[in-house]
Amino acid sequence: MNGTTTITASRLDVGYGLHTVVRDIAFETRPGDLIALIGTNGSGKSTLLKTLAGMLPALHGSVSVLGGAPGRSPKRVAYLPQHPVSSHTLPLCAGDVVAMGRYAHLGLFGRSTAKDRAIVGDTMRRTGAMDFADKSLRELSGGQQQRTHLAQVLARQAEVLLLDEPTAGLDIAGKAAVAGIIADERARGVTVVVATHDLGDASEATAVMLLAQRVVAFGSPADALSDENVRECFGFTQPH
Amino acid sequence: MTRVIAVAGPLWEPFARNEFMRNALVASSLVAVICAIAGTYVVLRGLSFVGDALAHGVIPGIAVALLLGVPGVVGAAVGALVMMGGVSMITSKVRLSADTAIGLLFVGMLSLGVIITSRSTSFVGDITRILFGELLGVDAADLAWQAAVLVIVAVIAVVAHRPFVLMSLDDGLARTSGFSVSFFHGLMLVMVAMAVVGSFQLVGTLLVLGLLVAPAATGALVARRVSTMMLAACACGVASSYVGLLTSYHFDVAAGASIVFTSVYLFVIVAILTIPRRMRGSGELPHQHEHAH
Repeated sequence: MNGTTTITASRLDVGYGLHTVVRDIAFETRPGDLIALIGTNGSGKSTLLKTLAGMLPALHGSVSVLGGAPGRSPKRVAYLPQHPVSSHTLPLCAGDVVAMGRYAHLGLFGRSTAKDRAIVGDTMRRTGAMDFADKSLRELSGGQQQRTHLAQVLARQAEVLLLDEPTAGLDIAGKAAVAGIIADERARGVTVVVATHDLGDASEATAVMLLAQRVVAFGSPADALSDENVRECFGFTQPH
Repeated sequence: MTRVIAVAGPLWEPFARNEFMRNALVASSLVAVICAIAGTYVVLRGLSFVGDALAHGVIPGIAVALLLGVPGVVGAAVGALVMMGGVSMITSKVRLSADTAIGLLFVGMLSLGVIITSRSTSFVGDITRILFGELLGVDAADLAWQAAVLVIVAVIAVVAHRPFVLMSLDDGLARTSGFSVSFFHGLMLVMVAMAVVGSFQLVGTLLVLGLLVAPAATGALVARRVSTMMLAACACGVASSYVGLLTSYHFDVAAGASIVFTSVYLFVIVAILTIPRRMRGSGELPHQHEHAH
């Protein structure tokens, strides 16, 4: 896979139905890249991620993920939504929720093998979700639920990870753990696209895309996160 | 020993002595299991109101079937199809909250059913039978039909369990896992419609929602796995059938309503009993991993 393009977007407009949120997006990713989408609420980060995940159609332009249309490779692309819904009536343990991450590989009838169980156990250990594996989802704190959903996404062992605010609700240790997990995933050749409010999350990125219902800047963290760009995006300048 | 039999007699004698009671028990147990399976997903996905709409949507179809002399089940199936189409169209096309639009649709269908039935010469008998069922007149053909519905509902549940559970958590999760949400949502509606069509003759269209929701909701209170919830729902439904029929026999009250009331009463008792366990947040059934699919 090394050297090949994993995501390609060209003159891409994203949005909902007739409402275009961001126009003219263009970028390419390769295995191991980390793209940080930075912007305020409503800036278009989640809309772009949903388009890459195949949950929203591209309104204009072209986009391909792993050589095909978005959503065509569920085994190879995993998506973490911003606020995964955790129904209070849903009787599921954290371990069961993580195991659901293998459903894309198992389909309707595939039997879970020892390998699947090992992957689920490994991702739960990496995210710290093993500590509450037997707890019901409705008993978990917001941070524990976030770790559970992140473990579920990792359990898919995808080649492209689309993460919307993966550190939301996590404490400092949790945020550091997520940064370590993203680094590990990149090291094994996974392309990671992460949406975040936090400028600090962008420092390790291959490229940063600043969004404010348009592409304010796209480039290396040093170039994209200039004071002028950050002011335009957030309305303030980052402290030096 | 004699004393035990004397005490236990009222608990089994009605079924030992009367074939209609045995048939009613088998039929209501079949319906309870059908509704427990479908109802589990109805509760998980929050489709109770859609289930209610489907239950009312079948009424005009049954009424037309009765006027034409066609089996009520055929009319109910057509009514369910029309209602499913209406619900799907409303939830995807109409810019109203789903509950408002579905509420209007089901009231419209209910009134249409009453209007059509009022053309019948035996209006009161017909509408009562449609709304509240006729549990004590079950015959072998009814039992065979309910067994067939149970098989269909069980097959749908086995085939679509994974997408159904994913959709209960999040539609997006199901979609990005490679499952078509529109297809499996439609399949879930078909399953609920099958449960309604297979149950209305016994407990009536007005009460079928009780059997769809109450045992499954009781199961959700005590279970920490979907399969355990479904088994608990089946047990609650069958127990409610038995207790409801006994109550009906000994106190000469309506059978279908007794069963549904028992299932709701059971839910209230379990909800009260499990309050301290839920407050502690750890008092549920032992966890068994679901990895052996």
